[in-house]
Amino acid sequence: MKLLRAILLRLATMSVTLIGAAVVVFFVIRVVPGNPIAMMLPPGASEEDIARLTAHYGLDKTILEQFWIWLTGVFHGDFGTSISLRQPVMPLVLGRLPATLELAIFALVIAVVIGGAMALTGVRHRETRTETAIDVANGVGLSIPDFLWALILIVLFGVLMPVFHISGRISPSLDLPFVTQFYVFESIVRLRFDLWWDLLKHMFMPALALAIPLAAIISQLLKQSLKETMHLDYVTLSRTKGYSENHVILSEALPNAVLPTLTLIGVQFTFLIGGTVIIERLFSYEGLGNMAIDAVINRDLPLIQGIVIVFALLFTIINLVVDMTYALLNPRLRHA
Amino acid sequence: MSAFLTVKNLSAALHGFDQRVLRSVSFSIDTGEVLGLVGESGAGKSMIGKAILGILPSAISIIEGEILIDGQDLQKMKPADRRRFIGATAALIPQDPLTALNPSRRIEPQITSRLVDILGWSKADARVRAMELLNEVHIDNPERVMGSYPHELSGGMRQRVLIASAFAANPKLVIADEPTTALDVTVQKQILRLIRELQERHSTAMVFVTHDLGVVSKVCQRLSVLYGGKIVENSSVPDFFKGPKHAYSRALLAATPKYTDPDASLLPVDESVIEAVAAEVLAADKEWRHGR
Ligand SMILES: Nc1ncnc2c1ncn2[C@@H]1O[C@H](COP(=O)(O)OP(=O)(O)OP(=O)(O)O)[C@@H](O)[C@H]1O
Ligand SMILES: [Mg+2]
Repeated sequence: MKLLRAILLRLATMSVTLIGAAVVVFFVIRVVPGNPIAMMLPPGASEEDIARLTAHYGLDKTILEQFWIWLTGVFHGDFGTSISLRQPVMPLVLGRLPATLELAIFALVIAVVIGGAMALTGVRHRETRTETAIDVANGVGLSIPDFLWALILIVLFGVLMPVFHISGRISPSLDLPFVTQFYVFESIVRLRFDLWWDLLKHMFMPALALAIPLAAIISQLLKQSLKETMHLDYVTLSRTKGYSENHVILSEALPNAVLPTLTLIGVQFTFLIGGTVIIERLFSYEGLGNMAIDAVINRDLPLIQGIVIVFALLFTIINLVVDMTYALLNPRLRHA
Repeated sequence: MSAFLTVKNLSAALHGFDQRVLRSVSFSIDTGEVLGLVGESGAGKSMIGKAILGILPSAISIIEGEILIDGQDLQKMKPADRRRFIGATAALIPQDPLTALNPSRRIEPQITSRLVDILGWSKADARVRAMELLNEVHIDNPERVMGSYPHELSGGMRQRVLIASAFAANPKLVIADEPTTALDVTVQKQILRLIRELQERHSTAMVFVTHDLGVVSKVCQRLSVLYGGKIVENSSVPDFFKGPKHAYSRALLAATPKYTDPDASLLPVDESVIEAVAAEVLAADKEWRHGR
């Protein structure tokens, strides 16, 4: 029953987080200067037109009234209508979300693979030049932010050695059979590896740019925690049983050393998703982040709110998944 | 009959330093025999065990000498062969049962892994053997213990599990490194009795590291007294307690109020004796360096 209580508590905190995010965003974007109606009308529109449209979108009411209208709508599943795109917000947002999710997950996979491999190599060859080289690489990976990596990658693999696509999500000339927005996933299910490859060539650079700093963090922390674990008695004891160094690292040390890294990956993954906003813009990748920037430029208040809610929901879900994985992997918590 | 374990002129040193941690250590143990290793903290008792088992800290390595187990020269083996050979013939009973079990694995694989992974037993056979072993170390509900995680067991239980794990593959050589120091007094006696029982039943050759001459008198047939990484005396236990040969040993024995009392441990030794033995170690060092 402790588990049930933990879950209920968790759901309660999640709702508070979401409501908090909604409230803050709702009021903040109405306080900052900028008028969505002025943005959508051509220059020189009459005062009357502006007033009419302002009333149409309910922006003439007080902020509290607007909030009430928005909130009751949300509880009926209606997140309002985008001012700039003139369509209901939620379908728009949910239509873009899969592209961002696929990008972020691909980046996470790259980061875990690169970071994990570097950490393991570093421990296997600890106190040698290999470890020093890995430390240097980690330092470089960490000191350059994702958007600069994006520019570096664009110059390297988009311009000098054009092997990857630098713009968009998929080549526009292709015929798309997809019914969902999860293109990568669906291309695999449909065994359309031509499309899958095209998607990957588009995703690779933005994903790598997002992944490099995270890979460096994972590599650094996991290596440190592995090195500490390698000195522990149970690791030494397993050596006397006849195991090889590789086995000792992978089966004895790694399962224990990975726990602190796991928590960190959760937090860093939410940062990475935040990073998609700029990265998607740089690569003209049609995801939620790119849409968010347009929404802000156009002062599209309902759309901004919708996007923020979805991002906030995503973050709380990630935290939940991390906590659950942690509990699952740590026997001391599993029974608590 | 030739000894099961022979250590000849073994020296180990910190990389990049002239300072030796083990100074030309020699001793041997027959099958079924228990050798006590005594000496103050930092004397190098654990280091000898680690050198034999191939788990010296990365900063320390063997610079000369031989370790022969069952006639096989460890130094001459390929590292991978040596590892497997040690895994199959020798085992360690560690000092601290609280840190010597992997916290994220259940007890069963921690007892059986050597059998399955190194010796190629089937999982089922290894499981039967583990049950048998847990019975041997007097654990009442082996089934439950095998499914537990280390944090669910008391210190004494964990040490029993570690002893079971050490004896799993019928090792011919066991290194017990202060196996009762971390336990409370009542449990200490039980564990000591248990180790002795298993050692006798399996005729294991054993190195028993301890601070405690009282324990030596109960468990060991012979003992080596260590100071500064050098063995200052090798004696049979009866001879030693009749009258130690070396002044330092005499002082050690005198400093133990009642060596028959297992709770008593070594008390500080007289300064002048320490100075004398330290000078002896240094002189031996000088000679050793000269001889190289
Ligand atoms: N990792 C290490 N690096 C360098 N020196 C070490 C290391 N571990 C131990 N030493 C040194 O080696 C010497 C012998 O240590 P050892 O652990 O064998 O002592 P011990 O006799 O087992 O003492 P105790 O009774 O405290 O366990 C000590 O002087 C110690 O300072
Ligand atoms: Mg020791």
